Amino acid sequence: MERGNNQEYAITAEKLTKTFGAFTAVDQISFTVSRGEIFGFLGANGAGKTTAMRMLCGLSKPSSGSASVAGYDVSHQPEAIKKNIGYMSQKFSLYEDLTVMENITFYAGIYGLSNQEIRDKSASLLQELKMEHEKKKLVKSLPLGWKQKLSFSIAIIHAPKVVFLDEPTGGVDPLTRREFWEMIYASARKGTTIFVTTHYMDEAEYCDRVSIMVDGSIAALGTPSALKQQFSAPTMNDVFLQLARNATRQAD
Amino acid sequence: MRSLRFLLQKEFRQIFRNPAILRMMFIMPVIQLIILPQVADYEIRNVNITVIDQDHTTYSREMIRKITSSGSFLLSGYHDNYKAALEDVEHDRSDIILEIPAGFERTLVRENEAKLFIAVNAINGMRANLGAAYLNTILRDYNQEVRTQWIQFPKFDEIPRVEVIPRNWYNLHMNYKLFMVPGILVVLLTMIGAFLTALNIVKEKEVGTIEQINVTPIRKHHFILGKLIPFWVMGMIVLTLGLIISRIFYGIIPVGNIGLIYLFASVFLLAVLGLGLLISTIAQTQQQAMLIAFFLMMIFILMGDCILPSTACQNGHK
Repeated sequence: MERGNNQEYAITAEKLTKTFGAFTAVDQISFTVSRGEIFGFLGANGAGKTTAMRMLCGLSKPSSGSASVAGYDVSHQPEAIKKNIGYMSQKFSLYEDLTVMENITFYAGIYGLSNQEIRDKSASLLQELKMEHEKKKLVKSLPLGWKQKLSFSIAIIHAPKVVFLDEPTGGVDPLTRREFWEMIYASARKGTTIFVTTHYMDEAEYCDRVSIMVDGSIAALGTPSALKQQFSAPTMNDVFLQLARNATRQAD
Repeated sequence: MRSLRFLLQKEFRQIFRNPAILRMMFIMPVIQLIILPQVADYEIRNVNITVIDQDHTTYSREMIRKITSSGSFLLSGYHDNYKAALEDVEHDRSDIILEIPAGFERTLVRENEAKLFIAVNAINGMRANLGAAYLNTILRDYNQEVRTQWIQFPKFDEIPRVEVIPRNWYNLHMNYKLFMVPGILVVLLTMIGAFLTALNIVKEKEVGTIEQINVTPIRKHHFILGKLIPFWVMGMIVLTLGLIISRIFYGIIPVGNIGLIYLFASVFLLAVLGLGLLISTIAQTQQQAMLIAFFLMMIFILMGDCILPSTACQNGHK
C-alpha cells in the first residue's frame, strides 16, 4: 500500500481472499472505505461477512490478496491494527459479572489509557449514556439495549480510527436502535470510520455506502440511493432480496 | 505490563464475586480435609469372626482367646459345624470363619504341626484382605508362643531364626490419617489448579468475551499470565488453609522445611495450571473441559502414589 492511500482511506481491501481447504469463504473482494465513513457490510448468513471482518481485524490471515486498516497491513501488522480499532460483536462481549465501571476501567486499561484518562473518559461516557447511577451495578442486571450502548461506548473508548460493528443491534428494540445509530453518527462526525454489518435493511439506509456480499464476493457496492436506482428497487430490502435470491450457497 | 495489571485486577474481581468458585476453593477443601480422612481409613477394626471349635481343648481355647483379645476381631459366632458358620457369613454377620478341627491339640503335640481352616468373606475386599492378614499374624504369634513353651523340653532344639520387624520411619504407628491428609491436600491442589483454570478460560470462550480480548492489543502471554497467576495464588492459599487444618484437626506438623513445601507446591501448581491451560485450548464448552479434566484426574489419582504405589505398577505402565 502506498502512503497516500492510507491517508485517504481508513480501510482498503485488494482481492482479499480466504479459503478453508477447498472452500472459498471470501473470494477476491476489493473495496475502500474513506475516513469518517459509515460503511455498511451486508450479506445473507454464510455469505462470508464474518470471515472478511475477522481478516480486517487481524484475527485471521488472508489466504491471498491484501488489506490495510488504519494504515497497517492486516497480514503483517495485526498487533498495530488491534491498537487502532474498536470491535463490538453481536455476541455481547462485556463481562457480566463485573460492574459497569469495572468494565470501563478494564477495557480502557488494556488499551493503555492512563489513570487520569480513564477517570475522565469514564465520567463523560457515563454522562453521555445517562448511566451515572448504574455505574456500580453488575452489567448482567442491565437491559440488553443499555448493554449494547455501553458496549459500543467501550469499543470506542480509546478513540480508535476504525470501529467494526458486527450486527450490533440484533435483538434490540427500535427505539434503542435509533439511539444506537445516533451514537454511531456522533462518533463518525468525530472522524471515526464505522464498518458495520447488519440484517436490518432500514439500518442499511443510514449508511453512507453499502456493500452486499453474495457467495463470498461483493455483488453490489454504492450509496443506498445509487443501489436502489441500479436495481430499480423501491427499498434496500428489495435490493437485498434480488441479490440474495441468486445465492447458491446455503445459509448456515 | 500495564495491561497485565488490569487483567489481574479483573480476574481477582471475578473470582471473588463468584460464589461457586469461592465455595469450591475454600469450603470444599475444608470439608474434604475434615471428613474424608475419617472415612478413607484402611485400618480395619472389629472384624467379625466365627469360630468352629471341634477340638474343645486348652490349645484351641487359648487360640480363640488370643484372637478375640487382639482388639481387631469380634467373636460373632461360636458353632460346632461349618454349615451354621456359613449361615453367619451369608447373613453378613461374619467376615471370617476359623475352623479348628477335632484332634487339633493332639496332632499339634504329636506331629509338631496341625491344620486349621480359614474361610474369608470376600464381598468387602479390603476387610477380607486385612482381616485375613491380621488373623495370619495372630496365628503366627500363637505358633511361636506354643513353641517357646516347648523349648523348656530339653529334647526340643529350636532352629535359630532371623526375624524381620519393619519400623515405619515417618509414620511410626501407621496412622492412616497421616497418609491420607497430605494425600487429599495434593489432590485438592491438583483439582483446583487444573479444573478452575480450564473452566475459567473456557467460560470466556463460551460467553464470547475471548473474541473481544482477541481484538484488543493484549499480548497472548499477558493474557495467559493474567489467567494463571490468580489461580496460582489461590492454590497457595488453599495449601496454607490445608496445612492449618491438618495442624489443628490432626496435629500433622511438617517436620521438614515449610519453605520447601511451598517451593515444591509452587512448581507443582505451575505444572497443573499448564494442564488446565492445555485443556482449555482443546475444550470448546465448560462441559467438555470438565470431562477432560475428570478423565485426566482419574489417571493422576490412580497413578499417583496415594492410592496405588507407583512401584507396584508394571514397568510398562510407568
